[in-house]
Amino acid sequence: MNRENTGHGTGYLTLESGEVFTGTLYGALIGGVGEVVFHTGMTGYQEVMSDPSFAGQIVTFTYPLIGNYGINEQDFEAAKPALTGMVVSELCNEPSHYQSQKTLAEVADQYGFPILAGIDTRTITKRVRQDGPLFGVISDRILTAEEVVSLRNKHAKKSLVADVSTQQIVRYAGSGEHIVLVDLGMKTSILHALLELECQVTVVPFDTPISQIKELQPDGLLFSNGPGDPEHLLAYCSEWRKLVEQYPTLGICLGHQVLALMYGAKTEKLKYGHRGGNHPVKELQTGKVYMTSQNHGYVVKEESLDKRQLMVSYRNVNDGSVEGLRHLSLPVFSVQFHPEAHPGPSDTSHLFHQFLQSMRVVGANRYA
Amino acid sequence: MPKLPHIHKVLVIGSGPIVIGQAAEFDYAGAQACLSLKEEGVQVILVNNNPATIMTDEQLADKVYLEPLTLESVTEIIAKERPDGLLPTLGGQTGLNLAVALSEAGVLQKYNVELLGTPLAAIQNGEDRELFKQLMQQIGEPVPESDTVESVEEAIAFANSIGYPVIVRPAYTLGGAGGGIAADEPSLRKVAAGGIAASPIGQVLIERSVKGWKEIEYEVMRDANDTCIIVCNMENLDPVGIHTGDSIVVAPSQTLTDRQYQMLRSVSTKVIRSLGVVGGCNIQFALDPLSDQYVLIEVNPRVSRSSALASKATGYPIARIAAKLALGFGLDEVTNPITGYTYASFEPSLDYVVVKIPRFPFDKFPLADRKLGTQMKATGEVMSIARNLEAGLLKAVRSLEQGCTHLVRPELAAWTREQLSVALQEATDIRLFVLAEAIRKGFTEEELHSLTGVDPFFLRSVRKIVDLEAELASCAGRDLPTDLLRTAKKRGFADETIASLTGSTSAQIKAARKEAGIAPTYKIVDTCAAEFDAQTPYYYSDWQGTDEVEALEGRKVLVLGSGPIRIGQGIEFDYCSVHAAKSLQASGIKAVVVNNNPETVSTDYETADHLYFEPLHVEDVLHIAEHEQVEGVMVQFGGQTAINLAAKLERAGLKILGTSLEAIERAEDRELFYDMLRKLDIPHIPGKGVSSQEDAAAIAEEIGYPVLMRPSYVIGGQGMAVVHDVTELTATINDWLNHPDSSSFFPLLVDKYVPGREAEVDAVCDGEQVLIPGIFQHVEKAGIHSGDSVALFPAPELSAEVKQKIESYTEAIAREMGAVGLINIQFVIDGSTVYVLEVNPRASRTVPITSKVTGIPMVQLAVRAQLGEKLQDMNFGTGLLPEIPFAVVKAPVFSTVKLNGVDPALGPEMKSTGEVLGLGRSFAEAAGKAFAFKDNMYGDWQAGSLVIVSLTDSDKQAGVAATLAQMKEEGAVFAATAGTAAWLAEHQIEVAHVLEQDAQLVSLLQQEKAAFALVTATKGNRHGRLGFALRSRLVQQGVPLFSAVETFELYVQSILKKRGGSHAASEDIGTLTQLAAQQA
Repeated sequence: MNRENTGHGTGYLTLESGEVFTGTLYGALIGGVGEVVFHTGMTGYQEVMSDPSFAGQIVTFTYPLIGNYGINEQDFEAAKPALTGMVVSELCNEPSHYQSQKTLAEVADQYGFPILAGIDTRTITKRVRQDGPLFGVISDRILTAEEVVSLRNKHAKKSLVADVSTQQIVRYAGSGEHIVLVDLGMKTSILHALLELECQVTVVPFDTPISQIKELQPDGLLFSNGPGDPEHLLAYCSEWRKLVEQYPTLGICLGHQVLALMYGAKTEKLKYGHRGGNHPVKELQTGKVYMTSQNHGYVVKEESLDKRQLMVSYRNVNDGSVEGLRHLSLPVFSVQFHPEAHPGPSDTSHLFHQFLQSMRVVGANRYA
Repeated sequence: MPKLPHIHKVLVIGSGPIVIGQAAEFDYAGAQACLSLKEEGVQVILVNNNPATIMTDEQLADKVYLEPLTLESVTEIIAKERPDGLLPTLGGQTGLNLAVALSEAGVLQKYNVELLGTPLAAIQNGEDRELFKQLMQQIGEPVPESDTVESVEEAIAFANSIGYPVIVRPAYTLGGAGGGIAADEPSLRKVAAGGIAASPIGQVLIERSVKGWKEIEYEVMRDANDTCIIVCNMENLDPVGIHTGDSIVVAPSQTLTDRQYQMLRSVSTKVIRSLGVVGGCNIQFALDPLSDQYVLIEVNPRVSRSSALASKATGYPIARIAAKLALGFGLDEVTNPITGYTYASFEPSLDYVVVKIPRFPFDKFPLADRKLGTQMKATGEVMSIARNLEAGLLKAVRSLEQGCTHLVRPELAAWTREQLSVALQEATDIRLFVLAEAIRKGFTEEELHSLTGVDPFFLRSVRKIVDLEAELASCAGRDLPTDLLRTAKKRGFADETIASLTGSTSAQIKAARKEAGIAPTYKIVDTCAAEFDAQTPYYYSDWQGTDEVEALEGRKVLVLGSGPIRIGQGIEFDYCSVHAAKSLQASGIKAVVVNNNPETVSTDYETADHLYFEPLHVEDVLHIAEHEQVEGVMVQFGGQTAINLAAKLERAGLKILGTSLEAIERAEDRELFYDMLRKLDIPHIPGKGVSSQEDAAAIAEEIGYPVLMRPSYVIGGQGMAVVHDVTELTATINDWLNHPDSSSFFPLLVDKYVPGREAEVDAVCDGEQVLIPGIFQHVEKAGIHSGDSVALFPAPELSAEVKQKIESYTEAIAREMGAVGLINIQFVIDGSTVYVLEVNPRASRTVPITSKVTGIPMVQLAVRAQLGEKLQDMNFGTGLLPEIPFAVVKAPVFSTVKLNGVDPALGPEMKSTGEVLGLGRSFAEAAGKAFAFKDNMYGDWQAGSLVIVSLTDSDKQAGVAATLAQMKEEGAVFAATAGTAAWLAEHQIEVAHVLEQDAQLVSLLQQEKAAFALVTATKGNRHGRLGFALRSRLVQQGVPLFSAVETFELYVQSILKKRGGSHAASEDIGTLTQLAAQQA
């Protein structure tokens, strides 16, 4: 009679504090271990689910109705999800949309991650905001705080980029500039944004030697978004800097953070990250404010920047944090937010044009 | 960019009286904007002739003009005040039209007044459909194929070229008035003619219909630096085809992918940029459910009903911020007052779902056409906030106050499948209920979708509710499992509903809940989904997780709001609720307010100490009272809504402050009431309460016809009727018995109908003494609802003896009842006999007016009295106060043009939706302002103007003949019905056109514009007469109509006064009340 789907029975989210949230389990009971973060987008759960930057994280949606329009073929940001779990309030198991192919729960089953539904996600959000970062485990039993902490320690200090970066070089034809996209955990929408501008794109694994990248003869480089602590990539930064000094470069999200690291800056973890589609950033040169899509837990420490090399170009309107950098003399710039959108607003899509423009200026100088 | 340095004084234009399509939302917007401007040190001059508003309070503006919203009057105010700027986008369509008129007449240029915020060109590009279409073509955005036409033939030619169905949208009208959908040529002929007549510029747009597509709205803000943000998007549950004001709306959108959401978001910012709006803008889209194809349907470059809804749905105060943007600030320079430290350049993120359901006036107008279309018919709306859609829907249903605690209308149970199918296909106000019933009767989702076009997502939500009903019902007679009880509460079921489904009582369900520890938790509306800390005391209930209410220190009192705006219970009660909250605060007591009307000031998070956006249903109110541990509840300020809750709340142990429940019942129960009057030796109209048709006839026989019949416990005279003989009596009672709520019609009151003069007072009582600021005298004879009467203040034609009787009766009644707080008493005066007609133990429609014109803060004094203070210690006097030295005329404003099938004639049932005030040094002057409350309304008639007259026999009196003769001298040309023409001839008044039937009127009006009409009605208000046909026709054609000779006579007086060269100056209310103070 009651068609409220009962999923796989009762499940629990245990936080490292020992606090337990009880709900209903859906999807596969694999993983379910990670940092608990919250996303404030009211749409875009499919993109969030498949964004590799969420590797190692349990994503809580603040919007309570999730799954309403199902899962379609076109909105995957990667071939498979990298997150370790989802926590939602109301999971819709009867989606309604002309493009819908499957329910969110079916996809969770297929790709192997758990969804805990029926949770007061607002309480979790407040907990993360007040006490974050918080580690948690979704399970079919209640864990002890000690168990959660030991799982956290097991997962710490591990770079997640290797798990989500492409294993081999992939080429995409195009009539325009050739861009080498260093895949740190790239969202497909970045690739699509470049292809839409008719770029030729070569996606390379994050650990591709720079000699090999040079051989590809790029017109420009793009360091993508990706998961985890940017300082796990410090080892690569000095090499990458050599590349950046040679080619016009755009860094997005993790790509922005590693660009700062290349120039000697430091990054730090935010208490509870920016994850959603409503983050205002101000372009300092024009005073214009844009709504941006964001997904990051780390941020560039402004006081660590070498201001003789890099200047802050964008700033978060709410907390004043660094949202963009520009090299003072080279055609190198980066943004903490996601100009490729998906999910979230595409107000800053012009950054890709700017990137192309910088290559054209360099090209004109070089071949003049 | 900082504030514009040269703007020191700003004129704000309000939206005038409440009409369908323009309601309390503009009081909320205007009040916010005024405060926002004042915060920046700007002097605010406000013009608005709606007295029931908060925005016309002296505290909100530096000067308040309760003056007509006409070009002439606002020009005079500009000349006098010389403002630096004009803010036109907060007064709805009225404000916008007036700003355009002022600009076009060169007034703004002449007095060097800068139009602030959205530039005029943007307003015109948004409002003029042809210009809008051109602009959209320039920026490559799709609009439905359309053409602007000014004749029916052009309309048909164009429709034939694009194919049917087509939508007809009149230019520059409120709420799409006069528009509609036409499926074929004959229907287009009809709709187009109506639309052309409704448009002030005789222009309509014929547009390809995208009926059945998803209707999606975006609320966008833009600053002068080109930063754009989306405050909120909304999805209509009812697909395209029903006016968004009449649609059930949810926020945010539920069935759009992020790609679609962002696609329409990007288009919205593109459109607002191309228009150049500085401030708020509403953009409506139609989205194909089967592709990503979309078209832009409409743009409103101003704050609107939707923006008020979006503000309340998100917590983002659009009007407040729009006012800052108009002063030159950027969005990133204005803080978000909800968090206090984030900025306005931020898009709210919701972590709940919002449901809006419109409130329709069909309970008052059983004969009106209930079908919904492109012309708005709702008078108000309710909003609910919940963590799931089902709870949102059910809370909203409870908030409607239409006798439904749940998604059930009992009369539908007997409907056949065919009846249900028809009601699903042709949407009316009850379609949501029909949907639930159809699901109960086994309609499949496919059937429902094909009949209604409603997205399956929403259909499933209704089905979830119905499934849960069945599950609960299956537990009847055995113990209710705790989990099921918890689920039912989480999905928004009331205890009462659970009880009736499981065959138990509300008390048992409540006990079961208590035992299982199931109680509501309250969550904060914070604009940011808890991402930032917010202290805003703006709450909604949930049945899960943690509670976020921070306990208030000290004494606290609950104030009940008045729910949705409806006929008989308008914005005046919101005014009273707001003042009650403010007065409590002034007395050092915390105010906890409950209300569910998103349009109002009372639901502004800045009004109360704690605001609960919840149904005004006994269970919901009790949860709040318990949670807050209030010391008592004030029920006098929220209209009949609050009064009706009093008994249930007291029974549950809540203390009613002020007038006791027993006293309330003594006023509301006719028998007890008459007993009291008899005891006090005060005359009352002979009559009796009866509980059967036979008794009614017997009583009528005993007291003699005509009699006035009315059901008990009513709002605004619902179902009242004057009957002249037993046949009419029988017919009327039979009509009522056929009504779904027939149970509430008995006991029925049968009173002698005394056609005397009516008067009313509002008084503050402290249990011993009373304070009566003045007496209102009604222009029309008894038998016309007080809400629809023109009222004069202070009463000019009552003898000293009558006034003394009114005073002493008021004192006696108040003392006998032990009234503490406000009381409203209505009188009928027949010679020197003063009958007491009714006593309302609560605030009334006239309280805001009395307060404003006398300067006596009635609500404040009432609250202080309820807290135990005595009138003699308040220093505002006692007894009947001296009369103010200026004239006040209150006139009703009607929306009948929007409601097909409603007879516009005045009668015992209230029909007006709003009111205006006219102030002057004489009643003729003040009346002139009240009648000409906006342009093209009862406008000046010229010599040679056509005037249409049709009088019932009882109105064919010498006085009326004399007035008509006077008009004839002034050059009026008469058209009259045969009987009236003959009677006029007897009085040597020549009639140019004799009207034998409706068709003649139509052809006459096609040739010539009528200045106004006087068509009176028999008191029975029976349908099917020529008079009704004439009145309906005249209203549809936009001809100003009088249906009572007394109103007409006052109007003629006011015109003759004006013609005599006496110019009524525009004076602000502060100056006028100072006069009164000096005199006192």
